[in-house]
Amino acid sequence: MCLTSTISEEPLDASAPALSVRDVTKTFQTPEGGQISALDSVSLDIADGSFMVLLGPSGCGKTTLLRCIAGLESPDSGRIDLRGQRIDNMPVWRRRVNTVFQSYALFPHMTVAQNIAFGLQMDKVPGDIIKRKVGESLDMVHLSGLGSRKPSQLSGGQQQRVALARALAKEPEVLLLDEPLSALDLKLRRGMQSELKRLQRETSITFVLVTHDQDEAMAMGDQVAVFNDGRIVQVGEPREVYLRPCSRFVADFIGEANVLTGALDTYGLVIESVGFVPRDRLMPDTQAALGQVHVAVRPENVSLQLDPVGSAKIIDVSYVGGDMRVEAVAAASGTAVNAAVSIVSRVPSQGVQPPRIGDRVSVSFAEGSLTVVAD
Amino acid sequence: MKAPWSATARQRRQAGQGSWWSGLPGVVYLIALVFLPLVIIFVYSFLSRAKLGVGVKWQFSLTPYTELLFSESLSGGRSFDPTYLQIIANSFWYAIITSVVCLVLSIPIALWLATRAPERRTALVFAVTIPFWTSLLIRTYSFIIILNDNGPINGLLKGIGIIDEPIAMLYTPFATVVGLVYTFLPFMILPIYASAERFDFRLAEAAYDLGAAKWTVLRRIVLPSIRPGIIAGMVLVFIPALGSYLAPELLGGGKTSMIANVIAAQFGASRNWPFGAALSVLLLVITLLVLVIFAVVAKRASRAAGRGGWEALI
Ligand SMILES: Nc1ncnc2c1ncn2[C@@H]1O[C@H](COP(=O)(O)OP(=O)(O)O)[C@@H](O)[C@H]1O
Ligand SMILES: [Mg+2]
Repeated sequence: MCLTSTISEEPLDASAPALSVRDVTKTFQTPEGGQISALDSVSLDIADGSFMVLLGPSGCGKTTLLRCIAGLESPDSGRIDLRGQRIDNMPVWRRRVNTVFQSYALFPHMTVAQNIAFGLQMDKVPGDIIKRKVGESLDMVHLSGLGSRKPSQLSGGQQQRVALARALAKEPEVLLLDEPLSALDLKLRRGMQSELKRLQRETSITFVLVTHDQDEAMAMGDQVAVFNDGRIVQVGEPREVYLRPCSRFVADFIGEANVLTGALDTYGLVIESVGFVPRDRLMPDTQAALGQVHVAVRPENVSLQLDPVGSAKIIDVSYVGGDMRVEAVAAASGTAVNAAVSIVSRVPSQGVQPPRIGDRVSVSFAEGSLTVVAD
Repeated sequence: MKAPWSATARQRRQAGQGSWWSGLPGVVYLIALVFLPLVIIFVYSFLSRAKLGVGVKWQFSLTPYTELLFSESLSGGRSFDPTYLQIIANSFWYAIITSVVCLVLSIPIALWLATRAPERRTALVFAVTIPFWTSLLIRTYSFIIILNDNGPINGLLKGIGIIDEPIAMLYTPFATVVGLVYTFLPFMILPIYASAERFDFRLAEAAYDLGAAKWTVLRRIVLPSIRPGIIAGMVLVFIPALGSYLAPELLGGGKTSMIANVIAAQFGASRNWPFGAALSVLLLVITLLVLVIFAVVAKRASRAAGRGGWEALI
């Protein structure tokens, strides 16, 4: 779903979402006296029991949104509802929301078990039940037997699990995770990604995870909300966001994309320097005004055919995993050099005669692969 | 890979690796200014009173120590005399009140300081040290002006009609405590601030997030984390407060004598140097005992709280 500023007028779904954020705005004062708009009228519905990923470059306001939901920051305006109950004016400790902090924030003077028990003690849970729950939480994150250790005696990955267990032990309505995996090394991160997915499925708690890593977002989210500059620019399933980015920003930020400019008419599209592309190459339900448009197409949907009179010339060939990534420059005869358009294609490298740099090629696109994006 | 020079630099800083002679100035200082005076006091405390009371007579005697507990009547008989025990108890009482009042005042002040913006913090901590710029004697005298019957406090209270007659504050135990708290407050604020400054306030946020209200966060997360500073502050305030001289002398009017005032009197008006020395030794022993108690309590507390940082501070 591509977002415009009119989202707040949209009717709510029949089933109330676990968490609903409406027009939340937050502005910070900088020490120099300036203002930073960390959140600019952000609206978001998060379905009960789903795994929502907030994705965006660093500094775009993701942490600020989590802190507003948790209550550690109060929005300047807007409202936040948890299962239909307004929470944005509730003190932190009364919200049934818990956070896994980026820094883990484990209490250094308490043991692992005491850390996990802390939140339960705050809820006045009886001692024997706390004991049982601490044990269960430790089992859940595969740390049984480490309850009497101090956080400083654990590895980063283990501390991460304790932070997770501590928050999950409270059985919150919504679990907020702020870049929980960013401090882990790549291999550990992969493992934790599937671990988090499993925990989310098993507990059916609504997870809201923040990341700046698009692979992580694609791998984990049932839904992905893409942030830019304090605004949500697109919300959807990972596949949908990947295949149908709304804007040049989303297309560029998620995976690699060719963003091309062309003129749309009823028969098709004339792309600058590349040439005519029939209408069936566009996504089937494209509804764009005729005239100048920007289109995005993924490299795997671009094919470059050897063609002595083709419009493009290959300038780079490299291998990425099992794929061959070929970059070409298209410059229609007669156009100035600065009008040249770079096009990237990606094909499985097996059984393909690799092209050589300098070869001329013609460019074609897979059916239904071009999507019109906002600039 | 670490660069080789950084490895050697680190080694050089390790304990026990420096050259022995680099500690020489410290050793000389300790011998000349700490050890020798202590030896003199210790030796004097086992000698006899000089004829005119100034100095000592070189004759071994245990009288200075028996004088602590017994008084000799003119007829030569000894009877138990709790005067000096009472004075020691008094001193303890003042030192305890002073430490507790300083602690209660310092925790919020230190936390407030530690949560200011870093640029402002330096200036504010600097402000805490302003009293050190002038002599304690002058600052204590200034309290005579502040607290006396015609001073600004009584003036203000009379002015707004709360009282008709001035409240007698000067030369009371209250004035002594005010003077002691004023004198030692920075010694409590600074170490607690040093601990609080290192406290990661994100831990407090995590505690709120887990459902803790303000007091619980303070009690269960903040206080255990600044415990090393609290213990250091208690030692830095309690021990010198125990041996305070100026505040009880000038503000308490000598009526509320603490042990240091009695010691001073033995070397002055009472002209009994050996007894003064014996009282000094007693104060020293008490101080050591208190330090040991603090260390034990701190160790137990740090084991309970899982922190070992305090050792570095004592
Ligand atoms: N307490 C604060 N004071 C001032 N500016 C802040 C504060 N918190 C965040 N910001 C600013 O708000 C913007 C969004 O920050 P943040 O939500 O942390 O981004 P993200 O988590 O997406 O990296 C950034 O420009 C950041 O500098
Ligand atoms: Mg962040």
